[in-house]
Amino acid sequence: MSIPILEVVDLHASYGRIEVLRGVDLTIPKGAVMALLGPNGGGKSTLTKIISGQKAPTSGHVHLAGVNLRDAAPEDLARVGLCTVPEGRSVFPNLTVEENLTLMSYAGVPAEAVLETAFAYFPRLLERRKQLAGTMSGGEQQMLAMSRALASDPALLLLDELSMGLAPLIVDELYETVAQIAQSGVSILCIEQFARTALRVSDYAAVMTGGRIVATGEPEEIMATMSDVILGGAA
Amino acid sequence: MSSFLAYTIFGLFSGAAYAIAASGLVLTYTTTRVFNIAHGAFGMVLSYLFWDFSVKQGLPIWLSLVLVLFVVAPAIGWFIARFVAKGLGEAPVSVSLVVTVGLLVGCIGFATQVYKPEARTVLPFFPETSFSLGETNITAHQVITILASIAVAVGLYLLLNRTRIGTAMRASVDNPELLKLFGGKPEAVATLSWMIGISLAGLGGILLVSTVGLDTYSLTLLVINAYAAAMLGRLKSLPLTFLGAMGLGLLSSYAPVYLPQEGLIGSVDNVVPALFLFIVIVAMPQAQLRIGQVKGIVSAPLPSLPKALGWGAALLVFVALLSGTASEANLLLVGTAATYAIVMLSLVLLTGYGGHVSLAQFTFAGVGALTYAKLDEPNLYGLLVSALVAAGVGALVALPVLRLTGLYLALSTLAFAAIMDKMLFQADFAFGFNGTLPAERLSILGMSITSTSGYVFVMAAFFVLMAFALLLVRRGVIGRMLIAMRDSPAACGTLGLDMRWFRVGLFAASAGMAGLAGGLYAGLRQSVGAAEFQFFNSLPLLLLAVVLGVTSVTGAALGGTGLMLLYNYPDAQGLLFILIAVGAVLLGRNPNGLAIYLFRLGNWLQGRLGPVLLSRLPALPADDERPASRNDDSVVEEDETTVTSTVVAGRPAGEPREVPAHVAR
Ligand SMILES: Nc1ncnc2c1ncn2[C@@H]1O[C@H](COP(=O)(O)OP(=O)(O)OP(=O)(O)O)[C@@H](O)[C@H]1O
Ligand SMILES: [Mg+2]
Repeated sequence: MSIPILEVVDLHASYGRIEVLRGVDLTIPKGAVMALLGPNGGGKSTLTKIISGQKAPTSGHVHLAGVNLRDAAPEDLARVGLCTVPEGRSVFPNLTVEENLTLMSYAGVPAEAVLETAFAYFPRLLERRKQLAGTMSGGEQQMLAMSRALASDPALLLLDELSMGLAPLIVDELYETVAQIAQSGVSILCIEQFARTALRVSDYAAVMTGGRIVATGEPEEIMATMSDVILGGAA
Repeated sequence: MSSFLAYTIFGLFSGAAYAIAASGLVLTYTTTRVFNIAHGAFGMVLSYLFWDFSVKQGLPIWLSLVLVLFVVAPAIGWFIARFVAKGLGEAPVSVSLVVTVGLLVGCIGFATQVYKPEARTVLPFFPETSFSLGETNITAHQVITILASIAVAVGLYLLLNRTRIGTAMRASVDNPELLKLFGGKPEAVATLSWMIGISLAGLGGILLVSTVGLDTYSLTLLVINAYAAAMLGRLKSLPLTFLGAMGLGLLSSYAPVYLPQEGLIGSVDNVVPALFLFIVIVAMPQAQLRIGQVKGIVSAPLPSLPKALGWGAALLVFVALLSGTASEANLLLVGTAATYAIVMLSLVLLTGYGGHVSLAQFTFAGVGALTYAKLDEPNLYGLLVSALVAAGVGALVALPVLRLTGLYLALSTLAFAAIMDKMLFQADFAFGFNGTLPAERLSILGMSITSTSGYVFVMAAFFVLMAFALLLVRRGVIGRMLIAMRDSPAACGTLGLDMRWFRVGLFAASAGMAGLAGGLYAGLRQSVGAAEFQFFNSLPLLLLAVVLGVTSVTGAALGGTGLMLLYNYPDAQGLLFILIAVGAVLLGRNPNGLAIYLFRLGNWLQGRLGPVLLSRLPALPADDERPASRNDDSVVEEDETTVTSTVVAGRPAGEPREVPAHVAR
């Protein structure tokens, strides 16, 4: 078996004295889509913050394509192919759509190519290229955010709750895009509250609660065994 | 008509130079959220360097320009971005303002140390060349300046709108964390904007220096023009900033010619920029409160009343001993320190507890002194009236700026102070131009205090009494309201507290305290003039107050002493500057200033030394068979005094550690 794209080993993290991650182990094979599910406050976003370099763990390791990420800065990780779409609206509200897209070229793809890919996927963005991103609807903003994932051809894509605050129809549309990105061979870690939607596009699933991964496996297994946790029990 | 054209050309020329400087200010502010009070001071220092390179060292003009604008200025900007301004954008306004005030004081200190007063001139560029425009001339220097401002405008527009790094500059204001996830480097972006900003300050200064002259203060104060222009653009719009700068240039050029020269109006042309700044700020739309933001200022510990009493008494004994031995000249200095300390107490109320920054405290003190001298009632009644008049003026300042917060409020007080200083204090009915007024020493309940030593003691007593009053207020309902408003204005708004009128009262109270200090000072010196209340002096005042601890009474006592030393002991200046620099950097971590470290030291000593002494002392009567408890009691008492006196040594301060403030809340 080849080296997994992401390997998290016994990861601990805390905010002040409150320990939030208590020994997380997670492996994503190259090219796979992993759905990470679990109740609110389980520590999923914290895990993305650590993988993306925004927060330091108290102990444990994260390996990206076999390389230990200790003390790596988020901007450096972004430049070597880790694309993180954080929770909430991840666009710059006071910049136009076009300017937002221009900034995506920091990840290594020329700005023209970013614009071209984004407008090809989401013609609606082309119509609104001069509009301030903050004045667009939530769905349009997430399209813009997804453009970065599409255009930058990342080695690993971290998606934290794309669906937050969106109508189910738009969520489905966004996950179409996720599926397309996956087909191009990008590995994805996808955090989601809409378990069914996420499981539809994923190869594997993991459930996180109380700062630990409590189950991993095929989407069907997880759905069958863990439905009480992921479909609402704890929240 | 031709003279009108000449004034217009001059106005456009100065406006162009202001525009260059102001756009640098706006650039750094929009990308880092740090308003660089010292912007003009850097322009001043760079102008001196330009003189040094081109005149003193005799380098060619173009080389000197390149060296100053493209080597030295960016290096300074890089240094500030890396070591001074990092993370400052998130800090409370009082902290970020004070750090840049520290830079300003540092720049002036540098210039006065390195470039001792002597006649220096910088010629305009191509001094021989000029072009005729109808009946008037426009010099090559003026043409170059106007062209340079256009080049800067176009360059900045292209940078911000057409380049990726420029876009990243605007993005990093919104959300630096997200920019990192995009792969951008917010720190590099901030560094670049500081480098460009300082360089533009230098360019503005160098273009103006041949007109203004190589003078430390006039060059530094040119920045008020830049503040005013930048404010017209609300600190973000570059086109409006340019417009403001041009308008200001024209106004300043026309004002001395077309305004009547008599009376109070006659002095308006001295204050055109300050007036412009004040009006622009007052006319600004509602400043936004940052909703949901709780500023995590950990309050300084509040002393228990007995402790405060003890320290107050200790301070008085100390001053009494001092006044018995010190010479007349030194006594005057102690009195001056007491004045500063009382003015700083007024800042403890306003800034430390209230969270508002005022750059006009010396002006309020000046109003107090003026009233005291004019009233000629050297008794408690006269002093009270002085304080009340100052309080009234304070309320008057707070009224038009009711809606403003933070930076805008601070700048409006600065503008107000400049106007008072240049117009009112120097008017004939006040101190008069360069004039002084006689004042008599205070008499209390018919007992007149003529000796300087007695008077100094009375001033110290006033300090202690006011410090007490302040601590009482802090413990009460008002104190809790103050802290709540400081930490979360938005939340208080939703609770239905009307903060605005409360704030007018706060300003008035603070101004009254400063006014009282001014009245006392007038009596101490027995003659006062406008020179002692120049608006500029409020900057070092704020600096020392905040660096030494504006949230505690101890900080005020230390700050007053520090400011007096700074002005009067050239030998101590080096040490003080180091202290200020260290303190300013530490402010980023704890906005309570150096005083908090003193309290911690006290606690630490008590924790460390206490047990040690405890274990040593009982060793002496070890074979004593009497019950240990009684023994221990006496030992505890004894070593508490030991510890206290270690901390006291040389620190006539009022407020020790004790109950953390959140317990008291
Ligand atoms: N900045 C912070 N400071 C303190 N505690 C935090 C912080 N961020 C998160 N936490 C806590 O850490 C725990 C895990 O939070 P996290 O955001 O990782 O959960 P999550 O699984 O992403 O939840 P959700 O599904 O609601 O997004 C929560 O209990 C939360 O309160
Ligand atoms: Mg989350």
